[in-house]
Amino acid sequence: MFQIRIHGRGGQGVVTATEMLSVAAFEEGRHAQAFPSFGSERTGAPVVAFCRIDDKDIRLREPIMEPDALIIQDPTLLHQIDVFAGLKPDGYVLLNTHHSFDALGLGDLFKGRKAERFCTLPATQLALKHIGRPIPNAPLLAGFAALSNIIKLESVVKAINKKFSGKVADGNVAAATEAYNMVKEKMKEFADA
Amino acid sequence: MLKQTEGSKAVAEAVALCRPEVICAYPISPQTHIVEALGEMVKAGELTPCEFINVESEFAAMSVAIGSSAAGARSYTATASQGLLFMVEAVYNASGLGLPIVMTVANRAIGAPINIWNDHSDSLSQRDSGWMQLFAETNQEAVDLHIQAFRLAEELSMPVMVCMDGFILTHAFERVDIPSQEQVDAYLPPFDPRQVLDPKEPISIGAMVGPEAFMEVKYLAHAKQMQALELIPQLAAEFKQTFGRDSGGLVRTYRADDAETMIVAMGSVLGTIKDVVDEMRAEGHKIGVLGIISYRPFPLAQVRAALLNCKRFVVLEKSLAVGMGGIVATDVRMAVTGTGLRGFTAIAGLGGRSIPKASLHKLFRQAEKEELEPVTFVDLDWDAVNKQLERERQNRHSGPIAENILHDKGIVSAKFG
Repeated sequence: MFQIRIHGRGGQGVVTATEMLSVAAFEEGRHAQAFPSFGSERTGAPVVAFCRIDDKDIRLREPIMEPDALIIQDPTLLHQIDVFAGLKPDGYVLLNTHHSFDALGLGDLFKGRKAERFCTLPATQLALKHIGRPIPNAPLLAGFAALSNIIKLESVVKAINKKFSGKVADGNVAAATEAYNMVKEKMKEFADA
Repeated sequence: MLKQTEGSKAVAEAVALCRPEVICAYPISPQTHIVEALGEMVKAGELTPCEFINVESEFAAMSVAIGSSAAGARSYTATASQGLLFMVEAVYNASGLGLPIVMTVANRAIGAPINIWNDHSDSLSQRDSGWMQLFAETNQEAVDLHIQAFRLAEELSMPVMVCMDGFILTHAFERVDIPSQEQVDAYLPPFDPRQVLDPKEPISIGAMVGPEAFMEVKYLAHAKQMQALELIPQLAAEFKQTFGRDSGGLVRTYRADDAETMIVAMGSVLGTIKDVVDEMRAEGHKIGVLGIISYRPFPLAQVRAALLNCKRFVVLEKSLAVGMGGIVATDVRMAVTGTGLRGFTAIAGLGGRSIPKASLHKLFRQAEKEELEPVTFVDLDWDAVNKQLERERQNRHSGPIAENILHDKGIVSAKFG
């Protein structure tokens, strides 16, 4: 079982992101379970949502305390809550920022971990460019697909098209596609370095 | 059709497939998405003939359901928590009048302190209301139980609550097989009411009944639930024939054949329990599970049969009878009267406290060694409790309990996990 925890703020589409991730996994014939942190969500307040992916029925109903992957939709959360709590030693981290981990003072995060599983992505900028609104969830899902290979870009695109239609869907697909290519490029640079 | 969807959305689709003619609803978390989705279907003309009635309260919701059901319309509503409590007088009237209303309860704690999260206090507060209560383990089962619930309700002319864990199921996206309209139509015939208010043939429903007949009416309500003990397994068997799935029934066991320790529970926590039991079985522990689907009627004989060969059992329940202990546990212990079995009660998950596998591993291992107290409060913060008790000893004017504990824990607003 692969477990993903997404941190963000109310209004950033955190819950929708896990739902779309579960739909993407379902499109690949896998079992998936997405659920929110059940808080009384308010715009701007920290929000957590979860997604499990497996090849068999998922029965577990506990919150994800030891994630295989973290998607962090807002870097300012790093000062507010311990978003890295329980992250598995070989876990993936995708952070929405146009800065580098070093510039954010997060270089130490890699210690004893697989640095190639850590990636930043300017998802808000991509969303503004393609969708016209700072909703970074779709590009982050595509970035996660590129980083982890747990799901395919085409499945993320399918999930976007199930959730949205018209211009909103097209914008999200464009943002997701550029995000996917950006992360793949970073992975290539990392492998070449 | 197999789809990845939200529990609430799946239930709304299932209810729509049952062709309800009146849906009355008042929004309350975590039930709201269900009636919202149904409202959209009615507005879009996808569900006809059906009248969607926005009412001014839960009391009105159940009152409208009573009226529409008495007029011969298949009637549905949904609620949770305080909403259920607010409609209680009408809840008893619905069952007392023998009206086959189906209601989803998206299980949520009861305040005060106000809390929107999941436990089973709301449904269980209505255990003696005369409504049947079926508990879903998964969203698939929630879908299937709604279809069975209309059959059950209408065959007995008694109302049914389908209980599903608020948020944990209602807000979870998972794989659900939504049946076709043809399948549901084949399983669920049109509503043929046993009693109907019709201006052409006027009758009274709900007259005053004195001591000369009241007990007989009440006994018949009990007798109908006893009939349900036979009907529920038949409906589940017939459901399997039509839909190809095991769903519903009275109880369900898991890895129970040679189990020395049995864990008894209701609802979605059974999934986590089964995962823990698999892990413990892999280590050689003889442990199994008894899931109760039908809480009312309570299947005393089936529970007894399922536990007869174990040495001890734990009833893990998301409810608390204050001043007594377990609610489900009391019924389970009644079922095993005279067997000499050791029974333990574990209260867990109140107000949405998560029930992690790690806590269950610890609890079940203690149970195996019979080291548990008769009633255990799983993951209770004893430091917080003792601090408040000490505060009350020291200060006559110790103030409000909930706010004191939030202050001690440094919590400024409710959070999960």
